[in-house]
Amino acid sequence: MYAQGLIGADGRTDETPEFLAAFKARIDAEEKIEPKDAMPEGYRRTLIRQIGQHAHSEIVGMLPEGNWITRAPSLKRKAALLAKVQDEGGHGLYLYAAAETLGVSREEMTEELLDGRAKYSSIFNYPTLTWADIGTIGWLVDGAAIMNQIPLCRCSFGPYARAMIRVCKEESFHQRQGYEIMLTLCRGTQAQKDMAQDALNRWWWPSLMMFGPHDADSTHSDQSMAWKIKRFSNDELRQKFIDATVPQAEFLGLTVPDPECKWNEAKGGYDHGPIDWDEFWRVVKGGGVMNRERIAARKKAWDDGAWVREAALVHAEKRKARKAAMAAE
Amino acid sequence: MYRALLELADDHLVLGHRVSEWCGHAPMLEEDLALPNMALDCIGTARALYARAGELEGAGRDEDALAYFRGEREYLNCLLVEQPNGDFAQTMLRQLGFAAFMEPFWRAAAQSSDDAVRGVAGKAVKEMAYNIRHAGEWVVRLGDGTDESTGRMRAASDALAPYWDELFLSSPATQEAEAAGILPERAGLRANWEQVMRDVFAQALLDWPEATWSQGGGREGRHGEGLGHLLAEMQSVARAHPGATW
Ligand SMILES: [Fe+2]
Ligand SMILES: [Fe+2]
Repeated sequence: MYAQGLIGADGRTDETPEFLAAFKARIDAEEKIEPKDAMPEGYRRTLIRQIGQHAHSEIVGMLPEGNWITRAPSLKRKAALLAKVQDEGGHGLYLYAAAETLGVSREEMTEELLDGRAKYSSIFNYPTLTWADIGTIGWLVDGAAIMNQIPLCRCSFGPYARAMIRVCKEESFHQRQGYEIMLTLCRGTQAQKDMAQDALNRWWWPSLMMFGPHDADSTHSDQSMAWKIKRFSNDELRQKFIDATVPQAEFLGLTVPDPECKWNEAKGGYDHGPIDWDEFWRVVKGGGVMNRERIAARKKAWDDGAWVREAALVHAEKRKARKAAMAAE
Repeated sequence: MYRALLELADDHLVLGHRVSEWCGHAPMLEEDLALPNMALDCIGTARALYARAGELEGAGRDEDALAYFRGEREYLNCLLVEQPNGDFAQTMLRQLGFAAFMEPFWRAAAQSSDDAVRGVAGKAVKEMAYNIRHAGEWVVRLGDGTDESTGRMRAASDALAPYWDELFLSSPATQEAEAAGILPERAGLRANWEQVMRDVFAQALLDWPEATWSQGGGREGRHGEGLGHLLAEMQSVARAHPGATW
């Protein structure tokens, strides 16, 4: 069997068994695949989908935290939150640039996000209701993102791996900053402590869902593993996250909202109760509290900004024409 | 001098807050990165000024006590900075006009007799130069862009015209600080400011608006209606938990 298709970002090549075997050998030898290299169409498409989704998550992720910039309770926190949300925008920018090396434009990807063809991390469809949500998102959501992304620093596709190295450094700073917000709340007044516990109650399960369905139900995983786009299974990463996070919650004096969460000596990790996958799929498919508002907010920013982007293009053309006219004189 | 620094700090906090409202909603991703930079510059300067103002007041108020526990009649910012963001044209023009005033202000304040003011000036002068460049480039692009963008830039220029004058007026407290060599004289910065603004407008192929009337009052705590809402939002969490540490 061999399929025909576009190989690499620029050129048609037959995906012969020899070609596929040679590609597999490069992957197995841990060589980095670069944008100009020939690659199977499926590899290219998987990466565009994954990097695009990742970029969209960074951008949509600016909204729930952005919701608290104007209400941050101290000037230090206000500045730190602004800088954090700005970092997330920067992550989006590197990731769009990495995806563009595969022959897809940022505009196309943005349109796919706005018309619902492209997905983003479902965690951002939950609302941020109190200041403690800002601490919890840094601690849990950036924490889960790090678990997912550290292995991506060794991803077989060079531009993605390199973007992830830079992004992971900033995410771990965000995670520490979020935890520090929680620590301050938990050492504060009873009302602050209650706010922290309430935020953990609401964000704990959605954070566990960030790792995706159980391995047995995960559709894209095997091929991504073989291509070394993915290095650990969803359940392995989720387990690592739980093992790292439960002691942190204990240190804060908070309780993880899972009565079945217990240390299991035999496996050397925590057991956890059943995850509500109905909720997960409902939110992925658009039925979360904030799905419609998130896309509407992105669409409004994009549509309201259309005249600005157009003016910038027209101005650049006018300048070019004037320069050319001056040179011709 | 406490009051003079408070006026200056309030200008920076209110403008930084307004600009931060754009975060995540800008016309393009590059601006979602640039606007928070401009907001952070303003908020950073405000923090340093509040800290110094609190020290001078000597009543134990820190930056957060000054920012979060004063009401709109106690806020002393000029009216320009509290103006709503409007569209991107209005936000950029407001930023240009403010930065074109503050850049020479901080340059002159490098000679201040107050150590803390000199410290702020050294950092702020570079930041305001960046703000002039970034916002100025946008005023040029939009002024000399499409018919729509030119129209919007003209409308922004009309909307903000009444608020420029207040930048050059010194309250009695500020006059004292000027006489003591702590702050530069505001009125003396007008020629430089107008030069920068007229230059940008010329590049943008826009007419510089001759002021027909001007609006002040901010330095006495007389504001438009928007500031109260801005503060209500900004202060809501802090005021719900007085005495708490964040
Ligand atoms: Fe990020
Ligand atoms: Fe992050």
